[in-house]
Amino acid sequence: MSTTLRTDLVRPSIINPGRFGALVDRYMPFLAALTALAFAVGLYLALWASPEDYQQGATVRIMYVHVPAAWLALFTYMVMASAALGTLVWRHPLADVAGKTAAPIGAVFTAISLASGSIWGKPMWGAWWVWDARLTSMLILLFMYLGLIALWRAIDDPGRAARVTGIATLVGVINIPIIKFSVDWWNTLHQGASVMRFDGPTIHPSMLVPLLVMALAFMLLFATVHLSAMRTELIRRRARTVRLRTARGTR
Amino acid sequence: MSLLALYVRDVRLAWAAGGGGPVGVIFYLAVTAVAPFAVGPDLPLLTRIGPALLWIAVLLALLLGLERLFQADQEDGTLDLLRLGDTPLELVVLMKAAAHWTAAALPLLAATPFAALLLNLDGAAILVTLATFLVGTPALALVGAVGAAVAVSLRRAGVLIAILVLPLSVPVVIFGVSAIEAAGAGRAVGPSLALLGAVTLVAAVVAPLAAAAALRESE
Repeated sequence: MSTTLRTDLVRPSIINPGRFGALVDRYMPFLAALTALAFAVGLYLALWASPEDYQQGATVRIMYVHVPAAWLALFTYMVMASAALGTLVWRHPLADVAGKTAAPIGAVFTAISLASGSIWGKPMWGAWWVWDARLTSMLILLFMYLGLIALWRAIDDPGRAARVTGIATLVGVINIPIIKFSVDWWNTLHQGASVMRFDGPTIHPSMLVPLLVMALAFMLLFATVHLSAMRTELIRRRARTVRLRTARGTR
Repeated sequence: MSLLALYVRDVRLAWAAGGGGPVGVIFYLAVTAVAPFAVGPDLPLLTRIGPALLWIAVLLALLLGLERLFQADQEDGTLDLLRLGDTPLELVVLMKAAAHWTAAALPLLAATPFAALLLNLDGAAILVTLATFLVGTPALALVGAVGAAVAVSLRRAGVLIAILVLPLSVPVVIFGVSAIEAAGAGRAVGPSLALLGAVTLVAAVVAPLAAAAALRESE
């Protein structure tokens, strides 16, 4: 079945979608197990083994979910942007699929970082939401994700949807720094960066290690979810092709 | 020369019978008139938030015509001719955005003094608001052109364009309103206006490229 369809691929491809599916099927269990292991270690370190903050008490543990989610929210957009380049420049069919399936994952990571930030902000700042620069730019990022998902769903033809949404994604990449800068300039209450700094992290190793393990776990989670979503999308597209062919009548 | 003809044609169409030009101005005035009903007839408060309300009204009014910006040309085949012609599609987009600005934003600027009087703004505040509109609305028209181009072949594109364009309009609103606030507080208006101008210039470079690429993909 799949071999007859694979011969239809006129475009030369770096990675053949069929082989990609087989590879994902083979390595997915290992990747999922690794993700579960990283989460087990990370959550143990974050919730039991790490010290409480001398000011924030146990609420500081929200950080171990909040910060990796925010990192992954930005990372996922970069994945989408690279996929958009792959779509527009090389017309690679896997890039279409990668970009489309990354968008909902990124939206969920953004939502997790916003929700956990709210829960953290209520005891620390005394409000669920403040119109601070970082919160606001993440909220705008969420709207951009949702807009791109809506655009993707609005266009029937998967190839055209990928190219048009790819252009919108790249426009977003140019705009994200501008939005970030303008919102920073507008209002800032959120604490400054304490891990990604030129002069080394200002966070104590007893908290940094659990944070990095959790970041690794989130990264693995992204890889697992994204690859299986890509696999599902490939199967969905194959089913669509078969349906279209049956509808036209077998010739 | 053909670009100039395209510009004149677009502006004329927008203000001819069936065009969206006059409706946009009425919408703009209506939104500013509704705001005091929501906020209350408190004149000092309206003076304080007036420029912000005007910015929101302009933002919404400029979204109105976007759906038809390229779609009308797509439907009657004009866009196919523009794609095939010798003139680069990027310049066509730039011209169409300029025409959209002339037909939709310039009348809003003319209506702004009246809307501002309703919100109890004084002469100096009206002048600064107009200056920020003059520098900032081209960016809104350009970003809007990208949204319109991306959604050119969709049947119900209006809301989708708004969802795509509004997040990208945030810097324009921030710098526009901060210039007005600076003037109100007696600080220099220059820096905010310069940043607003920078956003407009970046949009003038990026938007035509992106919109033209999207139009080529939507054949």
